[in-house]
Amino acid sequence: MTPITLLLIALGLALAGWLAARARAWSFQTAPEAPRLAARPNYHGWYVALWIIFPVLAFILLWSFIEPQLVMQAVLASPAANGLPEFGFERDSILAEARAVAAGQSDAVFNPAAQAMVDPFREAIQKNQWIGIAITIAIALVAGSLAFLRIKPDFTARTRVEKAVMAILLLASLVAILTTFGIFASLVFETIRFFGMVSPIDFLFGTFWAPDPMSNPTNPDGSRYGAIPLFWGTIYIGAIIAMIVAIPLGLMSAIYLTQYADPRLRAWLKPALEILAGVPTVVYGYFAALTVAPAIRDAAVSIGISNASSESALAAGLVMGVMIIPFVSSMADDSIAAVPSAMRDGSLALGATKSETIKRVLVPAALPGIVGGVMLAISRAIGETMIVVMAAGAAANLSANPLEAMTTVTFQIVAMLTGEGSFDHPATLSAFALGLVLFLVTLALNFVALRVVKRFREAYE
Amino acid sequence: MTVIHPNLKQLDAKMSAKDVSVFYSEKQAIDNVSIDVPTGHVTAFIGPSGCGKSTFLRVLNRMNDTIPTARVEGTIELDGEDIYRSGMDVVQLRARVGMVFQKPNPFPKSIYDNIAYGPKIHGLAESKEELDEVVERSLTRAGLWDEVKDRLLDSGTALSGGQQQRLCIARAIAVDPEVILMDEPCSALDPIATAKIEELIAELTDRYAIVIVTHSMQQAARVSQRTAFFHLGKMVEYGQTKDIFTNPIEERTKDYITGRYG
Ligand SMILES: Nc1ncnc2c1ncn2[C@@H]1O[C@H](COP(=O)(O)OP(=O)(O)OP(=O)(O)O)[C@@H](O)[C@H]1O
Ligand SMILES: [Mg+2]
Repeated sequence: MTPITLLLIALGLALAGWLAARARAWSFQTAPEAPRLAARPNYHGWYVALWIIFPVLAFILLWSFIEPQLVMQAVLASPAANGLPEFGFERDSILAEARAVAAGQSDAVFNPAAQAMVDPFREAIQKNQWIGIAITIAIALVAGSLAFLRIKPDFTARTRVEKAVMAILLLASLVAILTTFGIFASLVFETIRFFGMVSPIDFLFGTFWAPDPMSNPTNPDGSRYGAIPLFWGTIYIGAIIAMIVAIPLGLMSAIYLTQYADPRLRAWLKPALEILAGVPTVVYGYFAALTVAPAIRDAAVSIGISNASSESALAAGLVMGVMIIPFVSSMADDSIAAVPSAMRDGSLALGATKSETIKRVLVPAALPGIVGGVMLAISRAIGETMIVVMAAGAAANLSANPLEAMTTVTFQIVAMLTGEGSFDHPATLSAFALGLVLFLVTLALNFVALRVVKRFREAYE
Repeated sequence: MTVIHPNLKQLDAKMSAKDVSVFYSEKQAIDNVSIDVPTGHVTAFIGPSGCGKSTFLRVLNRMNDTIPTARVEGTIELDGEDIYRSGMDVVQLRARVGMVFQKPNPFPKSIYDNIAYGPKIHGLAESKEELDEVVERSLTRAGLWDEVKDRLLDSGTALSGGQQQRLCIARAIAVDPEVILMDEPCSALDPIATAKIEELIAELTDRYAIVIVTHSMQQAARVSQRTAFFHLGKMVEYGQTKDIFTNPIEERTKDYITGRYG
């Protein structure tokens, strides 16, 4: 509640500052013998507004940390706090309940002891709210008037505003990067904890995966944490079966679209293909689990494989392959289209047919781009979760038989995190180690792929 | 109508165009052009930019087929055979009528594979040895063998511009064509590389019917025996090169070669 009030107040003040500064700049301009303004009046307005907004935002951020502590201090200092238990769970819950009622987040208390604390809380919250508002206004006024006083005809408000805008943009782009780093750091941190309990050798090279979340967490059985079957399942489903589907189909549709399709047909087909990439993966998951997997099982049974399971690597891989087609085809399409038409003409002029030209000149010339696209597609496939959760099964099999159920890294991450083990049990922590491996592998794939594609682009600059 | 110089000898035509008009959609790019191109001679097409030289050249080996809007009227014969008749094998035609482009366009393959490409698709070599031989012969004829014989497996795109263009000429020769069409083959090259290509053209003249489009009057004068002047889609004047340059009949030709125009 309070931060939003403060924010609204700040925005109001900024608007006022904007209007005032603009009016002042206008007045310079309309004065007789007016000097030429160094920046248009709007920029002067923005300059003052930004000077109000930023300090206030900084204060609000700070205040939202300090305010609860100030409230708590005031409450504990009040006479009503004498009746509280010394420390522990009950004390905390009483305080939390009283605070929730005082802040209007709930209507009544369960614990009668909390009732007495409601009023001190209410009082403290109110008092601090006024303090917050007062400081906000003070900061806005001081910063705003300092900025306002700077406004002169030759004041270069525009360059300053532009610098501020640039800083904002930089900050925005840093958010994504810093988040990635944050994720990475937390993965690393939890993974280190995991490797404190289970040896990395067991994890990376063991071939038996059966973590038991109910076992004694202090003395885990390292031999049950061998992740090789998961790595194998991931690669088998995402990089082998899916790619056997996606590479030929994606490449062929790209060739058809760039070389054969009538432009009008292409205008329809290309977006239609790209829509495939926008289908939520859970929908593919249904399709894999409810349609493809049973069909594969029935087919297997009908050719005499009696123990075919209803979950299979094949089902998950096939559907994942279909999902990946648009990635491959659009990268291949772009790469083939980027091969200079002089290449094609040169081949045709030697008497090559269209298909010879495609096969021997265009596709080889576009190969780096195509390979890059395939690598991006693989990195996407091995990180894919929904389809394998729904169709691949949970059994950590180290097998080359596509009809068997298999499990993947992503599946096990889900299984371990949602399992019944406590949060610091190695079974749960193993999810972070798996996540880290996945993160590093996809990062490497993306990195290499982007470099390959970039080199290819440069070759035809 | 085209003015034909009286001194121009009637020779057996390797390629012969009769009343050829070319359109891009509705726009006419070539208007009623007739010309005979003999073997053992270099025929140069000159004229201001946009007059249709490239268009006419592309019509001669049906490279304009790759432009969906292009349409050709009239007849064009190769050894008396209409190349636009239905049932004409375009692949065979282009093997017999080779083309070299303005910008060198080697394939991003090795030097060897660049040359071997044509012979392979046309099945001109039975064995690896034969293919090696074709590659060596073509590169030698294009005057490139000594420069590249030690690095046949390097990429063709790693050569200099002039070497790339000679590689493209070698590539065209490798399929044993009868006619070679060149569209401003030296416009992307420096004078030394240009001189090499011109020398090469002179050496190739005996065996082939060569047609070259050029913007350089000096080049036309140096390499060609016959010259045709194009203007606004029409062939204005056709004659022996020395006659065209020393004794032009049409006013427009005169203006163009004296540089007063275009
Ligand atoms: N693919 C095309 N589609 C439509 N019009 C074209 C196409 N190619 C050429 N033209 C037109 O045909 C005319 C002749 O073009 P062409 O390229 O044959 O001229 P050129 O004599 O070779 O010129 P330059 O000396 O500049 O190469 C021009 O007006 C051009 O705009
Ligand atoms: Mg041209």
